[in-house]
Amino acid sequence: MAPRTCTLCENAKAMLKRPKTGQQICRDCFFYVFETEVHNTITQAKLFQAGDKVAIGASGGKDSTVLAHVMKTLNERYNYGLELFLLSIDEGITGYRDDSLETVKRNQQQYDMPLKILSYDELYGWTMDAIVSQVGRKNNCTFCGVFRRQALDRGAAMLNVDHIVTGHNADDIAETVLMNIMRGDIARLGRCTALCTQGEDTIKRSKPFKYAYEKEIVMYAYFKKLDYFSTECIYSPDAYRGHARVFLKELEAARPSAIIDIIHSGETFEVREEVKATQRLQQTCKRCGYISSNDLCKACTLLEGLERGMAKSGITDRGRKQLEAQGPAPDNLRTIPPFQLPSGNPSIAIEAAP
Amino acid sequence: MTTISVKVEFSGGLELLFSNQRTHTVELPAIISETSKGPDLQYLIEYLRDNLLKERVELFVENNTVRPGILVLVNDTDWELEGEGEYVLKNNDEIVFISTLHGG
Repeated sequence: MAPRTCTLCENAKAMLKRPKTGQQICRDCFFYVFETEVHNTITQAKLFQAGDKVAIGASGGKDSTVLAHVMKTLNERYNYGLELFLLSIDEGITGYRDDSLETVKRNQQQYDMPLKILSYDELYGWTMDAIVSQVGRKNNCTFCGVFRRQALDRGAAMLNVDHIVTGHNADDIAETVLMNIMRGDIARLGRCTALCTQGEDTIKRSKPFKYAYEKEIVMYAYFKKLDYFSTECIYSPDAYRGHARVFLKELEAARPSAIIDIIHSGETFEVREEVKATQRLQQTCKRCGYISSNDLCKACTLLEGLERGMAKSGITDRGRKQLEAQGPAPDNLRTIPPFQLPSGNPSIAIEAAP
Repeated sequence: MTTISVKVEFSGGLELLFSNQRTHTVELPAIISETSKGPDLQYLIEYLRDNLLKERVELFVENNTVRPGILVLVNDTDWELEGEGEYVLKNNDEIVFISTLHGG
C-alpha cells in the first residue's frame, strides 16, 4: 500500500486513521485536531470562567494523564485563566492503586500542579481490599463507584475548588448508555450523557473528553510519550461494564462512528411525563448531608451494611430486609463526616509542586 | 537472507501476557512456502500466539485477529493505513501492540 499524505495538511505522511471521521492524518495535525476538539467542547458549553479553580480527577491512568496534559496545554494556549489541581483517590487496592499513585506523583512533577490524595481509609474507615473480603468480587464495584464519587466531591470541597473534571471518554459514556438501557435505568439514562452536572449541593463536574475516542487518547499519549499506568483493576473482571465494553468494541470494529452515535441517541432520549413523575426527587442525606434520592445516601447505606456485618444490605432487597429486621443502627456506628460545599477557605493547605 | 528480523513491543498491559517483557525480537522466515510471499502481520500475530504468548490467549486474539481494543502500529503508523493483517513485513520493522482495555 502506498504511503498516504495527510488529508488535512496535504504535506506530511499520514500516521493515523481517525475512527471518528475516517480521515487519514499526520501526527502534528492529529495533535491539533484532538486538542482543538476538546477546546471546542469546553468553550461551546462555556464550562469555565477565568479564575476558576479546577480539580482534575487523576488516577495515573491513560485518560486522566492525557486530561491533565491537555488541560494544561489549553489553559496556556487559550488563556482560560484556570488554576489547576490534581486530585487523586486511594481506594486501598494493594498492587493496583499504590502503583498508579506513583504515576500521579510523577505527573505532579511533570505538569507542575499541586496534588491532593484522599483515601477511602481516612474517609470511610474501609479500604477496597477490606470491602472485597467482606462482599466478594461480584458487587464490589458498586461500593467503589459510590465511595469514589463522594470522595472526589469531598476532596474538591477541601481544596475549595469550583469545578471537577474527569477523564471519562466517548467509549466510557457510550458503555454507560448501553448499560442503562440494558438495565432499564431511566433515571440514570437521562443524566449520564450530560457534559456538565451540577446540583444545588454538589460541585460542578464535567467530562471534557466526552467526544474523544479512547483510541485517540491512547494514540495521543503514545505519540507524545506521556507516562501512564495501565493495568486492569484486580477486582474488576466480573463487573457488568465488561459486557457493555466487549459489545461496544465489536460495534466499533464494524462501524467506528457507532460510539458517537450511541452517545447522541442517549442525549436525545426523552422520557414521557407520566414516567418522570414516578422518579424520586433529590434530597439530602439525613446522616452526612450529601445529595441523595432517599433518606440515606448510597454511601451511608453501604457503609452501614459494612459496619454492621451485613454488606449486601445496600445491594439486594433481601439484604436490606435482613438489616431492617435487626433494628435501628446503634448510636456508636462509624459514619461519614458531614459534607459541606466549598466555603471560600480551603480547609487544607496545598503545597505547590517543588 | 532466509530470515527477517522484526522488533515487537507490547504495552498497555499486554506485556504481562508475554513473560512480562515489553520488547521482543522475532525472527521470521523471509518467504513463507505456502504463499511464496514474505510473512505478513497476520502471520506475525499467529506466530506470537503460538510461540510467545504465555497465557490467556483470548486476551490477545479473537476470531483469528487481534482482540478489538488492541491497537497495532507499524513503524509508528496505524496498521489500518498499511493494510492491517495483509501488510508484508520487512526486515527491521517495528510493530507495537497497545491495549486500551484498562482503567483510565
